[in-house]
Amino acid sequence: MIPRNADEPTLLAGLSTGDVTPEAPPAGPPPPTGPGYEVRPRARAPLPGDADEWLEVSVGPHHPSTHGVFRMDVVLEGERVRRLKPVFGYLHRNHEKLAEQTSYLGSIPYTDRLDYFCSLTNNWAYVLTVEKLAGIPVPERAEYLRVITAELTRILNHLCLIGFLTHDMGTMGTPLMYAFREREKVLDLFEALTGARMMCNYFRFGGCRCDLPPGWVEGVQRFVEGLPRFLDEFEALLSTNEILLARTVGIGVLPPALAVNAGITGPMLRASGVNYDVRKVDRYGIYDRFRFRVPLGEHGDTYDRYMVRLLEIRESREILLQALRDLPPGPVLNPQAKQRGLRPRPGEAYGRIEAPKGELGFYLISDGGPNPYRYRVRPPSLINLTILEDLCLGHTLADAVVILGSVDIVMGEVDR
Amino acid sequence: MDEGLRSELSKQGVFTTTLQELSNWSRRNSMWPLNFGLACCAIEMIAASMARFDIARFGAEVFRPSPRQADLMIVAGTVTKKMAPLVVRLYNQMPEPKYVIAMGACAISGGPFKQGYNVLKGIDRYLPVDIHIPGCPPRPEALLHGLIELQKKIAAQPLTGEERPRHLRTDAPGEFPVPAYGPYDLQPPHNPDLWRPPVVVRGQPA
Repeated sequence: MIPRNADEPTLLAGLSTGDVTPEAPPAGPPPPTGPGYEVRPRARAPLPGDADEWLEVSVGPHHPSTHGVFRMDVVLEGERVRRLKPVFGYLHRNHEKLAEQTSYLGSIPYTDRLDYFCSLTNNWAYVLTVEKLAGIPVPERAEYLRVITAELTRILNHLCLIGFLTHDMGTMGTPLMYAFREREKVLDLFEALTGARMMCNYFRFGGCRCDLPPGWVEGVQRFVEGLPRFLDEFEALLSTNEILLARTVGIGVLPPALAVNAGITGPMLRASGVNYDVRKVDRYGIYDRFRFRVPLGEHGDTYDRYMVRLLEIRESREILLQALRDLPPGPVLNPQAKQRGLRPRPGEAYGRIEAPKGELGFYLISDGGPNPYRYRVRPPSLINLTILEDLCLGHTLADAVVILGSVDIVMGEVDR
Repeated sequence: MDEGLRSELSKQGVFTTTLQELSNWSRRNSMWPLNFGLACCAIEMIAASMARFDIARFGAEVFRPSPRQADLMIVAGTVTKKMAPLVVRLYNQMPEPKYVIAMGACAISGGPFKQGYNVLKGIDRYLPVDIHIPGCPPRPEALLHGLIELQKKIAAQPLTGEERPRHLRTDAPGEFPVPAYGPYDLQPPHNPDLWRPPVVVRGQPA
């Protein structure tokens, strides 16, 4: 460990590896406590037991069961996790700084690469913020297209998540193969619509880039019709599987008070029983026109997080059916909206949507110039990851891997 | 051996080969990639190993978690300056013969993030890259094409002579120096044996 008062090169070297000792806590009043949950002090008391029996293990950044380049510094007593420090920054790609030097339009492809499973919802959050900042209305058909593509993205993300989660439990690929089979169907639709499989770059300020190709709606309908059969098969394989139950029930319980205090959003929060869905709360876009339920968990354990996502896929299907039924004709792009050389008036805006992983927000400050003065992303993955230690303490290392899988992180979004 | 005779023999049910062909055939048809993803391209790499694209058709489906058992490193995604020493260390831990595929714009040159202060401008500054696959991200078919090109490259490697590959030479390095975190940048910023900055002379075509 490198002390804080080391000379500059050593300190910088330490900063890049995360080997700097934390500052001692200031002597003063006790740390404030939140409602119902005590905020943990920064410097923790030494652990009980024999220090010789602790084992410090660095899991990652290259490790097959970490999701991307992510490291967990784990202190083990036997097989039990006694401390866990997430270390990230291995995929810090300067997203925010690059966006501050790029025009508003030029940042849309970068948002694709934030959470690379869900490029369309990232687009939506960014475009929504710029529309808020510049006051651009969106045609009705474009809103419907946004809902359809976003819900397809949600289905895709949750399926892949469940695939990876079960992969971490040792299924060695079978559910993952099924999930990717369905994913390919969605990607074919995306490719027909936007020309790209993963990095769609489809939304524009005041609408979408292009209208639907012929036969696309029928393609989505076919996919949506086949989805329940696939889900039933998937659930028959997994939901009551003895091994899955043994590995998930009661593992990594997230109490609702902690979840709210830590700012957890998305399926993780709802699995703890807190009814909070930005689609219902903000009703951004046209989500007030659709009837859908918000699945809630009861215990907040890994099994609930798995189940909430499966149920959300079914609810997304309901939204898709309604959106396809009501899809109106009309323009898909507001002709008054300026794309290139957009210079919003000075001001600030925060736009947020319910991305598949949680609340994805963009905060933009405009100084009237061609590029944002400040560009900030509120990534759900990063904030959902902050409570990883609380979930893992006392569980075995093998469970920590499963808990990490159930948090649903994508490093592109965590490190940006 | 004469090709005509060989074809005649094969019609008679007699299979003839050379040691070199046999060796290269067996090596190129069981490439075990390192189970290692960095960013977006890793998802397409996983998609390539799934049922639809099925990289197993080319003998490369056995993704090994340990570098000690891997033959092929697919650098799939953005290599940041924090990650670059670890990538080089993983490569050094792989046994010879070993190959590197740079998958995607980021691994080739930094891609869309090239302007970033924390992004390595191409993994070929530290590793000898055999195949570059452009795209952001490349489609799984592109990865399969890159793999087939690598197999062709292996098939053409002689076992003896001046042109023999690195793992059969005693003078060629099997390990490459791992960069360290310096005060401002990685030290050294590139491996001068592998990569040199392009010299651009004003008024001259590149």
